[in-house]
Amino acid sequence: MKEKMGTTGLIFNEPLLWEKGSPGRKGLSLPRRDVDETPLDDALVGDGPDFPDLSELDVVRHFTKLSQWNFGVDSGMYPLGSCTMKYNPKTNERQASIPGFAGAHPLLPESLSQGALELMVDLQGYLGEITGLPAVTVQPAAGSQGELTGMLIFAAYHKQKGRARTKVLIPDTAHGTNPASAALCGFTSVGVKSGPDGVLLPESVAELMDEDTAGIMITNPNTLGLFEDNIRQVADIVHQKGGLVYGDGANMNAAMGIVNFADIGVDVMHLNLHKTMSTPHGGGGPGAGPVCVTPELEPFLPVPRVVKDGDTYRLDEDYPLSVGKVHAFYGNFGILLRAYSYILSVGKYLKAVSQYAVLNANYIKERLKGTYHLPYDRPCMHECVFTDKHQQEHHVATLDIAKRLMDHGFHPPTIYFPLVVSGAIMIEPTESESKETLDQFIDAMKQIAQEAIDCPDCLHESPQFPKVRRLDETAAARNPCLKG
Amino acid sequence: MRYLPHTEEDIQEMLQVVGASDLDALFSSIPDDCRRKEAMNLPDPLTEWELNGHMDCMAASMGAPPFYKVFMGAGSYHHYIPEISRQLLLRSEFFTAYTPYQPEISQGTLQTIYEYQTLVTRLLGMDVANASMYDGASGLAEAMLMTIRATRRKKVAVSRAVHPMYRQVVETYFAPTGFEVVELPVGADGRTDLSGLADLGELAGVALQSPNFFGCIEDLEAAGKTIHADKKTLFVAAFSEPLAYGLLKSPGTCGADIACGEGQSFGIPQSFGGPGLGMFAAKQKYVRTMPGRLIGKTTDRDGKTGFVLTLATREQHIRREKATSNICSNQGLCATAATMYMAALGGTGIRELSRLNRDRAEYLKASLAKAGYASPFSAPTFNEFVVRFPKGFADTWKALLEKKIVAGLHLGPYYPELSDCWLMCVTETISKTVIDALVKEVAK
Repeated sequence: MKEKMGTTGLIFNEPLLWEKGSPGRKGLSLPRRDVDETPLDDALVGDGPDFPDLSELDVVRHFTKLSQWNFGVDSGMYPLGSCTMKYNPKTNERQASIPGFAGAHPLLPESLSQGALELMVDLQGYLGEITGLPAVTVQPAAGSQGELTGMLIFAAYHKQKGRARTKVLIPDTAHGTNPASAALCGFTSVGVKSGPDGVLLPESVAELMDEDTAGIMITNPNTLGLFEDNIRQVADIVHQKGGLVYGDGANMNAAMGIVNFADIGVDVMHLNLHKTMSTPHGGGGPGAGPVCVTPELEPFLPVPRVVKDGDTYRLDEDYPLSVGKVHAFYGNFGILLRAYSYILSVGKYLKAVSQYAVLNANYIKERLKGTYHLPYDRPCMHECVFTDKHQQEHHVATLDIAKRLMDHGFHPPTIYFPLVVSGAIMIEPTESESKETLDQFIDAMKQIAQEAIDCPDCLHESPQFPKVRRLDETAAARNPCLKG
Repeated sequence: MRYLPHTEEDIQEMLQVVGASDLDALFSSIPDDCRRKEAMNLPDPLTEWELNGHMDCMAASMGAPPFYKVFMGAGSYHHYIPEISRQLLLRSEFFTAYTPYQPEISQGTLQTIYEYQTLVTRLLGMDVANASMYDGASGLAEAMLMTIRATRRKKVAVSRAVHPMYRQVVETYFAPTGFEVVELPVGADGRTDLSGLADLGELAGVALQSPNFFGCIEDLEAAGKTIHADKKTLFVAAFSEPLAYGLLKSPGTCGADIACGEGQSFGIPQSFGGPGLGMFAAKQKYVRTMPGRLIGKTTDRDGKTGFVLTLATREQHIRREKATSNICSNQGLCATAATMYMAALGGTGIRELSRLNRDRAEYLKASLAKAGYASPFSAPTFNEFVVRFPKGFADTWKALLEKKIVAGLHLGPYYPELSDCWLMCVTETISKTVIDALVKEVAK
């Protein structure tokens, strides 16, 4: 297709829910009343919430229209760096909606929940195999809760060793949530500056690592899309001082079958199943953040553990050193199930997934590097980071480039992150995109770079096609209006 | 593999552009001693049809409705989910989008979550609600940490009648912090006993759940007054069954400073316990100490109304270690499901459904009492209640599994003092006929 993909269409206006409807309408089929009403103490009874009354079609049209204002992976390429916006296979939804799983109560007796327990045990096994860290919990509900679980494990481990430690090292190329996760566990985070090549230098870590430091949190590949090639030396330094190495697995999509994380010295690692394992991002969750650890750290994993005993599966609470529970039940089972479906569908081709993800990112990097400034010109992993340095000469910034991409029919990359790069444009194409789509994206980026020279204001005024244009975020924060 | 579009020709062309001789050469930046030598031990991929068969077979072992009649709630409730919400949720523009970082092309998610926030504040009688937390349990843990931030005190109290698993999660979150969690006892009526509250010293927050884990409706209004005898202490009202607030006085009306709980009941499948929906709301004055995402209303360059993520300075990607919590997303799709469900129910519908839940549960309670099995607690209940059964009921309970009936949850493992008690739940999905059948079996 030669034409620009983004175009205008018929976009509907739609009021807020409570501006619609009429009292007495119903959108839900209520079961027949077959028992008498029983009185309840007036002092406990309230007026009931002021919800609008809508018909079934009112509700259907409302949300159908709203959905049309959104851009998803199914709409087009969504190269949001660090978020791994790959295709979410439709069959995963079919599996998640099987009544036996979708309708299962979490406290069913084990005899009536063998299928779900087996699924979790199998998934634990696959994730252990993929990371190289064999002891796995699937309980954390999201990546950030996986990080929190990891930090709880750090704290519990040092406590059991007899000496609580107070600090955690966090490189400037690590994920944004890492410091907050460490802080939640009472650790002070100590920043580590990356070296001139965008990777950690062993000497910087050696300088900061001491016996009050619980360990280090490393994102590898890091948020610049680069492999931390000194990871083994860094891990040795941390281990020598009795510390632990945490691997943020948010970027695992680059490394399946390529790196065994136990071999390179990682002790604890979380995965984001909504990234690497294709479960839907859902407009911001739900995700799942399983944590994989070395056998030595297994006793600290959250309870209940899901285990296999002979031919049966069961929940085991008997882990006295466990950090406890991080979820009411066993985690986001519905998400685990989708990830399991994905792993079974892709199987041993997961290595190809990582290879193609890295191929796609390097292809974009090579083809755009003359046009956009590439701060670290070396082979990247699954994402590449450019900046707006060349375009700044024409008073065009990363934000303008991102907004203009929408008019071309693409979701913008992650922008202004990582913080270590000024005006960062972080592109993660994922393996899902074909060469044709990548070429279209590259063409769009090049056209935008040309526009920055020819007509900077065209970029300042973008986007033109979406439902709304640039929004006043300052006003939103100054006078917060958080409900209607 | 149908998810991978790369042809051999594409790969070769792209490798050439990249300047790599083969796929392995792409990883040249990884030192040799960091490369994985062994292949991953993973199975051959299944076809779509093989996967269907495999999953159907695994799911067949599960004791789930409609084949099983499950009289169990305890934080996970079987409510009907209308087909519209199942189908609308699969609108892939919602489904395959991420956090609305780019508001111009995310207005669908943004308006939906704004509507979600609004409906949650209306349900709970609160000023402001966030875009959701992971689940009821972590929501409560975050609420208790928030009371510590808001008051700069070091101790919180949580009722023993709060869901035991929620309390465990609170303990996990508090363990490394040095802050203290104390437990409030349960009175003979099944409600929290607050008589000793004044002796506990300076409390940052006090948490009650209503309906509580035993199904008992707490007297939140009286509790609020007792808790606020210390003006600084925050009153946290938790819940695991939000449907109750179609009928009951809202936490906000009763003086709660924070209301938080599980929203799974609102159109979200039970899915063996997750994903759920952590509903979280507070009074206006605490908005800046509140964790989680917030959506606000604003205008675009042409003056058109639109919505954006706002007050992000509270968040971890901006303030890093000073953030209010480490949560960086929400349960977006679950919040969307709950919004659709609340919209479909409406004010009239939620009242009716709420009443039906209570009335059917009352019918079972009365029928069991008539058969000689009474509740140890006298406080009024919503759609769950505790029953004391005579010795030997554990065998009856097991035998009933054979008849595809799960006759409640045994409380012994959670409350040793209630080892002869079971927690029963009835929702709108269990008809009078099914209730009668259960009573007949139990009374045999």
